[in-house]
Amino acid sequence: MAILEVENIYKNFGETQVLKGISFSLEQGQALAIIGASGSGKTTLLRCLNFLERPDKGIIRVNGDVLFDAQDPSTQLEKEIRKKRLNFGLVFQSFHLFPQYTVLKNVTLASELLTKEQLKHQGRAALRAAYQDIEEQARMLLDQMGLLDKVNAYPHQLSGGQQQRVAIARALALHPKILCFDEPTSALDPELTGEVLRVIRGLAEKKTTMVIVTHEMAFARDVADHVIFMDDGVIVEEGRPEDLFSNPKEERTRQFLSRYSSSN
Amino acid sequence: MSNFSTIMARLLEAFRLNGQLFILTLVFALPLGLIIAFGSMSRWKPLSLLTRTVVWIIRGTPLMLQIIVIFFAPGLLGWGSPWGAGASGRFSAATVAFVINYACYFSEIYRGGIQGVPKGQTEAGQVLGMTKSQIFFKVTLLQVVKRILPAMSNEIITLVKDTSLARIISNKEIIMMAHEYTAKGLIWPLFFTGVFFLVFVGALTLLFNALEKKLDYFRC
Repeated sequence: MAILEVENIYKNFGETQVLKGISFSLEQGQALAIIGASGSGKTTLLRCLNFLERPDKGIIRVNGDVLFDAQDPSTQLEKEIRKKRLNFGLVFQSFHLFPQYTVLKNVTLASELLTKEQLKHQGRAALRAAYQDIEEQARMLLDQMGLLDKVNAYPHQLSGGQQQRVAIARALALHPKILCFDEPTSALDPELTGEVLRVIRGLAEKKTTMVIVTHEMAFARDVADHVIFMDDGVIVEEGRPEDLFSNPKEERTRQFLSRYSSSN
Repeated sequence: MSNFSTIMARLLEAFRLNGQLFILTLVFALPLGLIIAFGSMSRWKPLSLLTRTVVWIIRGTPLMLQIIVIFFAPGLLGWGSPWGAGASGRFSAATVAFVINYACYFSEIYRGGIQGVPKGQTEAGQVLGMTKSQIFFKVTLLQVVKRILPAMSNEIITLVKDTSLARIISNKEIIMMAHEYTAKGLIWPLFFTGVFFLVFVGALTLLFNALEKKLDYFRC
């Protein structure tokens, strides 16, 4: 069964229709790449999954449970949306690390706050033990990201690539079922994109379920199990990367890909 | 010489009123300003319109006028004066006027600071499952404090000197005290009030510099 099912999502901003009936599904352990020109609705789609935008129409299911249904207000209660968000992680294009906290605290903060709520009625000792576990896990994650020597640094002391790797660790710390990336390398200098892409590739090898919005075509082709090409708020074409990139069926896909291969 | 020390002692005594007014204004206006800031940023239009109008009126009219109105208006309008007779009533009236006036100025500083924090910070907190209040207190607040510190220190230094306006309803603050000595042909007490203000403002400046330095460890 698919871990994520998106059914007929529509989203308007005022008069502008940004998403016009998006449907797709994603299997556990797969990486989905979404490609398309700027303004095609890719980012809005990710933001809908993370409840930063509310779709006007459509249904989102995770593991078969309806997480969001535009027709059903009981799926849109503010309190529950907070919990539902935790099914997803989101890595932003421009990182959005918390500047006043160290790298380590950036990774542990949200887990600590959640744990504090859950252990409200238990003693301080329980809380302290839980915090210790959280910190240990954060260190492991940062180690995986190659940032163990930076745990006590502040975000402004890091390069963009390092900041983005912290942001990835921060998202992973909450164990999301599905990790979303919104153009994770678009704000980086070309020489720094490699280190971030390497980390994402590592996650794919460990069968992390991911949705990756990207402009890095070679990377998408390499890492993704499935590729969606979006244009003007609809899915024009989707398939396995080797099919879609080598043998696109739609004229619009062909045009988009040729523009990219000629500009790169 | 004994004349000098007596007068200085009386000036110092009078300056206590300035100091008390300063502290009370901060204690009440700093939190009240934050509430007003949230009111003016409210998505519920009637509330934001109302708060913005109040802020406009308070910032648009002289503090001196506000002190006079707050002290005299209730009695003259026949509601009975809430201030009572005597020095403590006059001081209370001045304090209320200062708190309202400064809360409105602070609210605008807060608003600028809060709106200046990038939306991405809130969104990052949201996708990490934080509640609105967690986001405000754990993510946004310190960044707001850092952003508004220069404007706040400016405003607070102005407040030190504005406390003298309380004399308009006969609160015996330092300048009023020194002014009385001109009738006895003495001008130097008046000059000396300036020294009191300079020292007080100097100490505040050092404090704010230290605070700014303390928040220097991060950039936002």
